[in-house]
Amino acid sequence: MAKTPLTDEELISRYGPHLNETPPGGWDAGLEVDRVVNTHCCFCGQQCGIKLKVHKNAVVGFEPWYEFPFNEGKLCPKGVKRYLQGSHPDRLLHPMERDPSSPDGFRQITWDQALDRVVAEIRRIQATYGDDAFAMLSGVSLTNEKSYLIGKFARLALHTANLDYNGRYCMVSAGAGGKKALGVDRAPNPWSDIPLADVVWIAGSNVAETFPITTSYIWRARDRGAKLIIQDPRVVPLARTADLFLPVRPGTDSALFGAVLNVLIRRDWLDHEFIDAHTVGFDEAAGAAAEMTPQWAAGITGVPAARIEQAAELWGTAATGMLFHARGIEQHTKGVDNVLAAINLGLATGKFGKPGCGVSTITGQGNGQGGREHGHKCDQLPGNRDITNPEHRAHVAQVWGCDASEIPGKGIPAQEILEAIHSGQIKGLLSICFNPMVSAPDSNFTREALDKLEFYAVIDFFLSESAQHADVVLAGSLHEEEDGTATSGEGRIIKINAAVSPPGEARRDGEILLDLAARLGKQRYFSYRDNEEIFDELCIASAGGTADYRGATWQRIEEEMGLFWPIPEVGHPGTPRLFEGGKFFHPDGKARFHGVPFRESAEVVDDEYPIWLTTGRVVSQYLSGTQTRRIAGLVEQYPEPLCEMHSLLAEQLGVSNGNLVTVSSRRGTITLPANVVNTIRPDTVFIPYHWPGAKAANQLTNRAVDPISKMPEFKVAAVRIEPA
Amino acid sequence: MECGTHRGQSLIHLEVIDRATTTQTAPMVCMHCEDPTCAQVCPADAIKQTEEGIVQSASKPRCIGCSNCVLACPFGVPKYMAEFDQMMKCDMCTDRTSEGNAPMCASVCPSEALWYGTIDQFNATRSGSLLRDFMFGRQQVRTKVYTVVDDLGAGALDMLASGQRNWLDDPFGIEEIGVLA
Repeated sequence: MAKTPLTDEELISRYGPHLNETPPGGWDAGLEVDRVVNTHCCFCGQQCGIKLKVHKNAVVGFEPWYEFPFNEGKLCPKGVKRYLQGSHPDRLLHPMERDPSSPDGFRQITWDQALDRVVAEIRRIQATYGDDAFAMLSGVSLTNEKSYLIGKFARLALHTANLDYNGRYCMVSAGAGGKKALGVDRAPNPWSDIPLADVVWIAGSNVAETFPITTSYIWRARDRGAKLIIQDPRVVPLARTADLFLPVRPGTDSALFGAVLNVLIRRDWLDHEFIDAHTVGFDEAAGAAAEMTPQWAAGITGVPAARIEQAAELWGTAATGMLFHARGIEQHTKGVDNVLAAINLGLATGKFGKPGCGVSTITGQGNGQGGREHGHKCDQLPGNRDITNPEHRAHVAQVWGCDASEIPGKGIPAQEILEAIHSGQIKGLLSICFNPMVSAPDSNFTREALDKLEFYAVIDFFLSESAQHADVVLAGSLHEEEDGTATSGEGRIIKINAAVSPPGEARRDGEILLDLAARLGKQRYFSYRDNEEIFDELCIASAGGTADYRGATWQRIEEEMGLFWPIPEVGHPGTPRLFEGGKFFHPDGKARFHGVPFRESAEVVDDEYPIWLTTGRVVSQYLSGTQTRRIAGLVEQYPEPLCEMHSLLAEQLGVSNGNLVTVSSRRGTITLPANVVNTIRPDTVFIPYHWPGAKAANQLTNRAVDPISKMPEFKVAAVRIEPA
Repeated sequence: MECGTHRGQSLIHLEVIDRATTTQTAPMVCMHCEDPTCAQVCPADAIKQTEEGIVQSASKPRCIGCSNCVLACPFGVPKYMAEFDQMMKCDMCTDRTSEGNAPMCASVCPSEALWYGTIDQFNATRSGSLLRDFMFGRQQVRTKVYTVVDDLGAGALDMLASGQRNWLDDPFGIEEIGVLA
């Protein structure tokens, strides 16, 4: 039984979110700290350098890390306030077991009791229903070491094929598109290339709020005279002063990109030499775009045809240019199509492998890049290898010291795991760093699924809304409590340094997993002295794969302030810019164009549900909010979800700013205040998704997934709105 | 902010200009006037300037909490903080700048809209011109903190002039392709 033991209100009153306002010990201007630790912010894939101030084994504040080259001391509000997550009153300090008879809903147990119970339930479920009936869901706010360890743990200790991760809701469309077109899943450029671009095109990324530090790179480009194009259904903060704003209707990005390719071809703004020498498939892409005129696209996308022509001219005639995309074009049932259509524009104009040139995703989660490279995904082994490829399996088996037959085959992706739990095929779940009650689409369905589990164990530092459903909660570690590495959105491996040790009886995540592996009888595969030894094994396991870390060491990463992979040999300097000389990662060295005909989203508006809904984030919150909804300053900045709508729509609905509205989709309803702003398309509303329960935007979203990446369609749903 | 010196209080403010029509915001730091209006109107002589020209928060023993400074500052910078019964304002993070570090706001600002450095450093890395003369009606104010303008030809910046530049008059092309909703 994985139903919550108490009511939501009782759980919140006991386990939070409560708000932390002041550092431990209060404000003290004269405090002499014990030490200052160079590490990184945990809240997004930019991985800004930060110094944490430590006093009596508690993080008490921060200092900007001016010397770290990526952000030179800059931080966003989440980074400034991150130090308040440690020493938090909601922090889980010991393992617990679900106990509806207890006023707390859970009772404290020992680590032996907790781990033995988890192991007994794994064994019972696997013996009864088969190995794959026990699944594991993980997340990429975790370090590379933990991500690698989890990949190995799930396959060799848990012996399940069904491991997947929360990047399935974040990065997978970009990853799949990059692999198909370019042969590799990594941002092509270091961010230091951005100021060298003559045109910067941001498609579906609210950079100012979700990747704030990137703003400074874009402004530096503009200081040099670069033109800025923003493609978004909302006038996001960067769009306010953009040279060209493309107010695309949700779900139509590929039509817009197709029309731009159409114009590039018609006006011959193409790099024929590059296309001939370094790509294949141009004719297929051109064929698909042949009928996609700006006039046609204007009707689909809502972007005036003249602006599409202008975008093509800015992009096609600029000597250098970078196009960045994020979840805005990726979280769709055609997310991979959108990414491929964007990459087509870079290939057609030869904008790859040169300074200030590239088409790149902006990775969202803290370790969204590194965490998706080394076996964390249902179809993947370390080094971004393919779990179905016999050679890849043999290589990894040799590093792991096991027989290749011991490594399970391809599992099912995260959303399918939730569906399989709902349909009863999967009976047990271990999760870490994943809060599907907030982050998965159609949250009513997710709740039903978790309620059906026979056994659910969670490793977490706070009792997240998903952990509330757990039978056993294992008190794990915060970012600042465990050493390791992460790989930032620009492909730079960076060092995460522990500042403090876990409080109370809480343990480091890595130690919990190693202990579980030993109790599952697989200690022989999991005897590591420390996380550095795990990293060294990761590097060897990744050698020869596309995400090749062979020459990386913790020492080098720290001394060189990061290393860009691939690093195929010991002593190799790393590879900040990919594809130099037009060399792509496919075996023939050439990039692939793709024909991308337009297709509609899984759900489109109709008379019953006539308004487009799109979802996203705000600057002061991170993902499912497990951490950031507990920090006072961040909560004050944007305390609850608002429904952004244009005044023309508000007028039609008879709604004024601040009025409550009820937004309904085919899956659920939410009642929340209207935020009447003329910075959003009049046919579209926006709701940020960071909150649970009755405030969850994901009550409305659609479980339909991209056929290739299996990414759900968070960015498009049809809704109806009424005054509440 | 985020420090014991300022007791966790942020001493700059972020003004949301008009959220109904724009995402524009304006961070307001103390401009550190050469002849600060706040100090001129203080009946308790509680607001002092350092030798470097930094205008400090009201001296706690002298401040009588009257809020004259709050009302008089043309930039709207000082705030009376009831919790501390004292006017507190941006002091350019004296604890940081005295040790050669940038103030915290300019250290962490992701967009470099708030920026701390020398004029030479600015000219080497940024576009625009630096200006520190402002007109509020008939009052001219010269400040230690600069703002960035397109050109210096117009002289002191007229802070009461109406009209702001709209980058996007019709962001959604409603005039071109009709109402969408």
